[in-house]
Amino acid sequence: MPAASASGARSHAPLPFLTVPRSRAAPPGATPPYALTHASRRFTTPPPGGPSPAAKPRPSAKMAAMAAWRALRWRLLRTPGSGPARRLSTAEFPSPEEKPQFPGASADFADRLEFIQPNVISGIPIYRVMDRQGHIVSPEEDPQLPKELVLKLYKTMTLLNTMDRILYESQRQGRISFYMTNYGEEGTHVGSAAALDDTDLVFGQYREAGVLMYRGYPLDLFMAQCYGNTSDPGKGRQMPVHYGCRDRHFVTISSPLATQIPQAVGAAYAIKRADANRAVICYFGEGAASEGDAHAGFNFAATLECPIVFFCRNNGYAISTPTSEQYRGDGIAARGPGYGLLSIRVDGNDVFAVYNATKEARRRAVAENQPFLIEAMTYRIGHHSTSDDSSAYRSVDEVNYWDKQDHPISRLRHYMLNRGWWDEEEEKGWRKSSRKMVMEAFEQAERKLKPNPQLLFSDVYREMPPHLRRQRAALERHLQHYGEHYPLEHFEK
Amino acid sequence: MAASAAALRHLAPLGARLARLPPRGRAAGRLLQQRRGIRLSAPAAIQVTVRDALNQALDEELERDERVFLLGEEVAQYDGAYKISRGLWKKYGDKRVIDTPISEMGFTGIAVGAAMAGLRPVCEFMTFNFSMQAIDQVINSAAKTCYMSAGSIAVPIVFRGPNGASAGVAAQHSQCFAAWYGHCPGLKVVSPWSSEDAKGLLKASIRDDNPVVMLENELLYGVPFEMSEQAQSKDFLVPIGKAKIERQGTHVTLVSHSRPVGHCLEAAAVLAKEGVECEVINLRTIRPMDIETVEASVVKTNHLVTVEGGWPQFGVGAEICARIMEGSAFNYLDAPAVRVTGADVPMPYAKILEDNCIPQVKDIIFAVKKTLNI
Repeated sequence: MPAASASGARSHAPLPFLTVPRSRAAPPGATPPYALTHASRRFTTPPPGGPSPAAKPRPSAKMAAMAAWRALRWRLLRTPGSGPARRLSTAEFPSPEEKPQFPGASADFADRLEFIQPNVISGIPIYRVMDRQGHIVSPEEDPQLPKELVLKLYKTMTLLNTMDRILYESQRQGRISFYMTNYGEEGTHVGSAAALDDTDLVFGQYREAGVLMYRGYPLDLFMAQCYGNTSDPGKGRQMPVHYGCRDRHFVTISSPLATQIPQAVGAAYAIKRADANRAVICYFGEGAASEGDAHAGFNFAATLECPIVFFCRNNGYAISTPTSEQYRGDGIAARGPGYGLLSIRVDGNDVFAVYNATKEARRRAVAENQPFLIEAMTYRIGHHSTSDDSSAYRSVDEVNYWDKQDHPISRLRHYMLNRGWWDEEEEKGWRKSSRKMVMEAFEQAERKLKPNPQLLFSDVYREMPPHLRRQRAALERHLQHYGEHYPLEHFEK
Repeated sequence: MAASAAALRHLAPLGARLARLPPRGRAAGRLLQQRRGIRLSAPAAIQVTVRDALNQALDEELERDERVFLLGEEVAQYDGAYKISRGLWKKYGDKRVIDTPISEMGFTGIAVGAAMAGLRPVCEFMTFNFSMQAIDQVINSAAKTCYMSAGSIAVPIVFRGPNGASAGVAAQHSQCFAAWYGHCPGLKVVSPWSSEDAKGLLKASIRDDNPVVMLENELLYGVPFEMSEQAQSKDFLVPIGKAKIERQGTHVTLVSHSRPVGHCLEAAAVLAKEGVECEVINLRTIRPMDIETVEASVVKTNHLVTVEGGWPQFGVGAEICARIMEGSAFNYLDAPAVRVTGADVPMPYAKILEDNCIPQVKDIIFAVKKTLNI
């Protein structure tokens, strides 16, 4: 804050903490006033001796003295009725074109009392490229993806769908303890995954298996995690669908909702420091966006200027809570500008729209070091998980509508059929072969042993502490003595 | 007679050493002084406050490893809410010392994410009372992630800040979290008392690849302690998981951590006049707890009193007593172990009430006399 001069008068020069919009298009070489440097902090190391107020225009002693003399003269000479000439300091007579100088907002004054209405009747429009029959609406928005890529998108979505059906059934049969399907949201996964670089870091919530599948995670490792067998890189420590793969830059899924949001921001900050051509994408549902973590994550991503894309899967339900009870504003996209995030709403069932938005957001996030928010509108066709029966809170007709009339897989299939890249014969053949692949992986996963019980004690810390080593040795001795009372044949030696 | 005896004792090191190889370091300085009467520079040990010790530790670790960075509320431009990070922002800049918006949940999550991505954050809580707003990130994300990711994700993070009672800050700013964090596998928890403890443990914590919770004490920040020459070096570390015997004794073992260690030493001084020699153990680390040192001491003294600022139920003292009971030292106890703890109420504000809600020297003396039946 600039100290007022001794007389209390101010100069005509604009005050340093101007509420000029934080413009990223500032001309090169322009030195913003001190307050702006504070508002848009990149890595400006303060000069030795602390932050310098040198950028502040301070009224010179002479100017201040002259202003004070004018004020005094006016006070002495004024007579009622005689208006003073407009030569006096602004402190006493605000000019009509006065601009607000508050540090907290850059805006003009308003003279009428008017509340801003949350616009939920005609909210932020939904960007799409294809209509429901798979026809491109505006040719200039067509990403013109090559055939192999489109086929890969389609095959990933359908393979995921097939795997979901089999694993859901296996839970119902008591073979695995828990499962979550991705029905209806496959488009959000592959559309965004295809738009990213392979090394971009992914923080998911739990309904993003398609992203990992797109990156080539094999079926038997998906199954291994669900079964918790010896092939599971997670050593059987987590509930099913909590996948993680370091090599494919997919952070292990963590159950508490929205905790991944500020973590993703922290990781993006680390990546920015490393100055690598990498971005972070952070997936979450519209329900998780209600968590406090989400608010903090969005706010920090903007203040720390991180290369991150926030991807919200708005699928209409958070277990049984519909969006009408989750929020009263215009969804998640409308919150973005409140935090200073560039935001867009897309049709999540349109793979190309998801692809376009993610591609552009990723490119700019890395180039400009700023966060983006994509809200992908979609519908959760399946139950929340195997512990849920959604017929308790929604009609079967509603679910059927989305399954039959607006599904990302059928939409892409229509597109491929229209292009002549696919036909019924290939469809039948692919359904058969994909099912066969899944069944083979499934049967193998069932037969595999569970991990060695000794693994109970490892990875609590980076190095095993003495007390756990003792307990592990005690378990080993116990099993040597009494092993025949335990089903050790199911466990790896 | 006594004077000449004292003089002889003073010269004894001189005599003993004449027969051996010339001494080095401080002994050499003293010897030279005695022999030649030369006034050398002051002894290498200096008085350093806990605040300065922590500041040095942060400065040295920020310099040593560029992945280390500090974040929290007020740590940068304000020099730290308690001035622990004084001068660090000026020296290292925005990249290494970061002021965060007011969201513990937010900046703790960010720190955890940064650690997962390869940096080594030091996350400061203005007090650990505010860490409750972020405790999911500390426990569910930082502590459990190495295990739940089967070792593929490391979280080399340090959470630090003042813990426990202060002066006149009432219930929501006075809670001790040693028991809360000490409960969780996956975390290491340290609680320094002296400046050497503070510096050595902070450096060791930053260099540790596991999540570490460092519980400091606001009332100790301004207290100066002697810091040896060795402790002033840039590579001085205090090992995590090792307690320190601050005072040797034979009649009773006093086990404590953080500020009450000082109270124990005061109580020991008072009791020494009555002929009771207390062994005072400074735990320094809550998890993994160095129960072996306590056991060895109990084997020697046969009596145990634990002293802590936190509440009694499920506290640090409860854990020490349970472990002593489970181990061989139980056979050496001549009386049940006694816990001296904070009063089982939210901390009041009125000064007289507050003073009586935390263990005082008289409470420790009373407990010792009770257990020794004197």
